[in-house]
Amino acid sequence: MALLDVNNLSVSFGGLRAVDDFSITIEKGELYGLIGPNGAGKTTVFNLLTGVYKPNEGVIKLDGEDITRKSTIEINHSGIARTFQNIRLFKQMSVIDNVKVGLSETFKYSALEGILHIGKYKSVEKKMDDEAMKLLKVFDLDKERDVLASNLPYGKQRKLEIARAMATSPKLLLLDEPAAGMNPNETAELMETIALVRREFDMTILLIEHDMKLVSGICEKLTVLNFGRVLKQGETKQVLADKEVIAAYLGQD
Amino acid sequence: MKSKKIRDNYITYAVVILAYIIFQILASTGHLSSHMKGLLVPMTYYAVIAVALNLCVGILGELSIGHCGFMCIGAFTSAFFSKVTEESIPQAPRFILAFIIGIAFAALFGFLIGIPVLRLKGDYLAIVTLAFGEIIKNIINAFYIGVDSNGIHFSMKNSMELGMDPEGEVIVNGAMGITGTPHDANFTIGIIVLLLTLIVVQNLVNSRDGRAIMAIRDNYIAAEATGINVTRYKMMAFTISAAIAGAAGVLFSHNITTLTASSQYFGYNASIMILVYVVLGGIGNIRGSVIAACILYMLPELLRGLNTYRMLIYSIVLIVMMIVNWSPKVIDYRKKLVAGFKKG
Repeated sequence: MALLDVNNLSVSFGGLRAVDDFSITIEKGELYGLIGPNGAGKTTVFNLLTGVYKPNEGVIKLDGEDITRKSTIEINHSGIARTFQNIRLFKQMSVIDNVKVGLSETFKYSALEGILHIGKYKSVEKKMDDEAMKLLKVFDLDKERDVLASNLPYGKQRKLEIARAMATSPKLLLLDEPAAGMNPNETAELMETIALVRREFDMTILLIEHDMKLVSGICEKLTVLNFGRVLKQGETKQVLADKEVIAAYLGQD
Repeated sequence: MKSKKIRDNYITYAVVILAYIIFQILASTGHLSSHMKGLLVPMTYYAVIAVALNLCVGILGELSIGHCGFMCIGAFTSAFFSKVTEESIPQAPRFILAFIIGIAFAALFGFLIGIPVLRLKGDYLAIVTLAFGEIIKNIINAFYIGVDSNGIHFSMKNSMELGMDPEGEVIVNGAMGITGTPHDANFTIGIIVLLLTLIVVQNLVNSRDGRAIMAIRDNYIAAEATGINVTRYKMMAFTISAAIAGAAGVLFSHNITTLTASSQYFGYNASIMILVYVVLGGIGNIRGSVIAACILYMLPELLRGLNTYRMLIYSIVLIVMMIVNWSPKVIDYRKKLVAGFKKG
């Protein structure tokens, strides 16, 4: 059974059909790319998958569970985590606290224990600290643990956002233009980070990206969106060689 | 660095305890005038409500300018209880019960008002909290409650409408409020309440729930996507904040002979004055709120001798504190200064 199974998803805003009859099937462990021109509806698909928008039609199934009508919070608890096109960190909080917010569904104690620092507070906080540090080490952020998130350089902010998403122990990770605004060096580092996430966590990833080097370098399968409709779907090489895709998105040489 | 946060908290407690010891020594050696002594309890409850408001404005990130309304609820419910049970319960347990009642009612109203208010954002939220603050004050001004052998009588017209036995007593007399609440509060109790408030708020900030609350403040879209139940944590922070404001109200009503729901104490001017404490002390900086509340409450009183120049000096102090706390250059300079001290 596929990890993510989306069938005939559609959503309209007023008269505009932003996403029209969108279907995708992602197997466990795949790295899947979603590409397309600006305004094609890529981020809208992400917002539908994470419950920010509710679809007019269609069904979204994660690991066999119907999550179509669930709220953003419930969908996160079901196992989809995401990052944002324009980075959305908890800026006035430290790096480790950003990750610990992601961990707070896994490691629990009651509000009273938290306010009085009694009972399970100490042991659970210790576990959270250890777990958060493990994650930060993977993303090479352990030295910055007490830096405010807003003071991190751009590339590390991207990494921290991925680390925070991973802290919610998702089954599927959605990355919305992770390489946006990065220079070639940073992009290369990001590709390594994504490879690392797959290796370390055996993660299934769906990513939106404009950087063709990154897309062709790491994605195994691609879906091309154009005007809210699926233009082409399949293996990366075949899709990128397709005439329609080149005409709509890549442009002729 | 975890220990740095904890050390920071202990510094706050130490500052409060030190201030308490200094004022106690001054008082026992006769260096405090009776006027000054009268200011000590108000200083503590203003510090308490400043911390409560900072929880709402600085930690939750929602601007409330109606917090004096919650203080008003705490003050009236606890004063009513203390007045009714003045003869039947000894002082210590009565005052503890008064605290529980004042805090519980303020929290209840914080919760109920939070349901509609927290759906709003920014300026709109501020305006609606202001409205609720005024509504609370004005409704309490119209309450007439009396007690006689038949139980409690209630009216919103006048005290004659209560229809009580001749020996019955009017407890809440409309705009005249509650007279003769037992004088249970003192400086020591005020300091204890302030310390408990600080423990609750600072511990909360360093807990799972506190981090969730701050995450919502920093980016609620990301907080939702990270699985944080935004509504729940907003309500939680707002209710705790209202509850603490209620505790300040209990101190208030048990330190004053005649409690009235007047604009001077519970109107929006009072709420904005507390907001000034919070902003000057540093939004999100708990210790700053306590210090700012103490200095800014005491200052106009200490300057009474200067009479004409009093408010001029007060405003200059406001401006200077604003610059010292918020100007990036001054903050840099302060950091350098501190680093210099550590080396030398």
